[in-house]
Amino acid sequence: MEEIWQGLIKAVELIITLDPEVVQIAGRSLRISATSAVLASVICIPLASVIHFNNFRGKRVLVNLIQTLYFIPTVAVGLLVLVFLSRAGPLGELGLLFSPTAIIIGQMILITPILLGLTISALSGVDKTLIDTARSLGASGLQIMFLILKEARFAVMAAFIMGFGRAISEVGISLMVGGNIRDFTRVITTAISLESSKGDIELSFALAIILIFLALIANILLNRFQQR
Amino acid sequence: MSLIETVNLCQRFNERDILSNINLKVDKREVFALIGPTGAGKTTLLRLLNMLDLPSSGKIYFDGIDTAESASNRLDLRRRMAFVLQKPVVFNMSVFDNVAIGLKWRHIEKSAVKEKTNAILDIVGLSSYKNRNARTLSGGEVQRVAIARAVVSEPEVLLLDEPSANLDPVSAARTEELLKDIFHRFNITTIMATHDMSQGQRMADRVAVLLNGEILQTGEWPDVFSSPRNKEVASFVGVENIIDGEIVSGQDSLVAIDTGSGIIEAISDFPPGEKVCACIRPEDITIATSKISTSARNSFAGKIRSSVTFGALTRVNVDCGFPLVVLVTKRSAGELGLEKGRQVYASFKATGVHVIKRDGGI
Repeated sequence: MEEIWQGLIKAVELIITLDPEVVQIAGRSLRISATSAVLASVICIPLASVIHFNNFRGKRVLVNLIQTLYFIPTVAVGLLVLVFLSRAGPLGELGLLFSPTAIIIGQMILITPILLGLTISALSGVDKTLIDTARSLGASGLQIMFLILKEARFAVMAAFIMGFGRAISEVGISLMVGGNIRDFTRVITTAISLESSKGDIELSFALAIILIFLALIANILLNRFQQR
Repeated sequence: MSLIETVNLCQRFNERDILSNINLKVDKREVFALIGPTGAGKTTLLRLLNMLDLPSSGKIYFDGIDTAESASNRLDLRRRMAFVLQKPVVFNMSVFDNVAIGLKWRHIEKSAVKEKTNAILDIVGLSSYKNRNARTLSGGEVQRVAIARAVVSEPEVLLLDEPSANLDPVSAARTEELLKDIFHRFNITTIMATHDMSQGQRMADRVAVLLNGEILQTGEWPDVFSSPRNKEVASFVGVENIIDGEIVSGQDSLVAIDTGSGIIEAISDFPPGEKVCACIRPEDITIATSKISTSARNSFAGKIRSSVTFGALTRVNVDCGFPLVVLVTKRSAGELGLEKGRQVYASFKATGVHVIKRDGGI
């Protein structure tokens, strides 16, 4: 118990004094996961609109599949990216394994189903009468699509934050394809999982507190958007 | 040439005919009302006219152009009309942006968008609200936004679906006044759906009675009101007394109709032997407590079955062998003592009886 108290007090000290290592790791985590979330959104929001606004065979199956993949294990995505990016793999020549880019690719794959699924339900949540109203006022197909995205903007933002939250809190991918390399790919979660086993409890506690704090901010934003 | 014309328009949904053989012609600058009860197919017809749905069969011509030609053609044609849906919804943006959006979609120049939008907001009386989010408006205000954003693009045709059905009486009256002002100001050809006969009467040049997906009668309101073509139309336009009978004799258009429990005299050209219905409006019947000589050709003794007062009027049900509903003012009902069981005489003129053939048709 004494050890835990000591660790916590030291952790708070590290945060307050803006310890360079803590700041560096937290900053990297934020950068990598924000990049993943933004890039995934750039792909997923238009794709979700295409899925939502078109009727095709197997649409329900596809949406079900997307929703199932919400729960895809991070280590499974890590394994997939590892196999593709490893020296012997199909994309091995790019030399991306154990780089921030590899983590970003993995996190994008991880959160794509969440972003797609939640954006589709955000769009489905828009009153159907709005579409009829827009059509009757002379909107073209594309104009309707933009209008509905705009109407659903808060729910779409909520989807983005959910994706970001999932990306920043995962550890399996960062560890498997990032490798926890100091000053390069070490992020909050990998640092916690590996440094604590090496006995650096204070650093782990500090990073855990920061992660929870980030989760809190994300949650506050999420609540704000959902209330709109 | 009519601006809008439909030819044998049919809409089937789930093996059910929602609309069958709709043939309409609406001229430029005409205000045309589709009147019928809920579920008659009014909304379905308006959606077809706005090309939001495609008909199962039949044609719609807009300004002489077949609307079935192509989707891009339909968008161009749709941009020449506007449709105010029955339950209007607003977009989650300011009142100004809500009204301006149709102009932006038509790629109108920015300064013109501003000018036109401000002008129409002035007409509907929402200028002071233009920067407010439209979601915060009341039902009547939302309806005015819906009308403004429809009219702002200066459509050639305005489609209105129950423009005041979801509003309180004050807002409804205000909306009606606003629409009449707009009809007058812009000379827009208008097709409006309403279940309210009196609204059709107040606002439209011509009406069509739509019942169960069929147009049963089209014409100017006084004609439809006084000479309904058949039993269904008669009961929809407020004829409460529809009595079956057979014409037994006729002379110079004055006929005698045998109802099985009394002879009703009426004006009609149907020959003896014709099975008919005699339609008498409750307000055309007078009631007296003693047999008095009147100029009315029809006078029946009967007993009051019930009498109900609502507002300034009293509805009296009299059994004269056949049931008759009579409307009298509340005051005269009180003076005459028109209570249940009272023996009375119900009289009406031969000209107050509208005779129709029993099985539809003219």
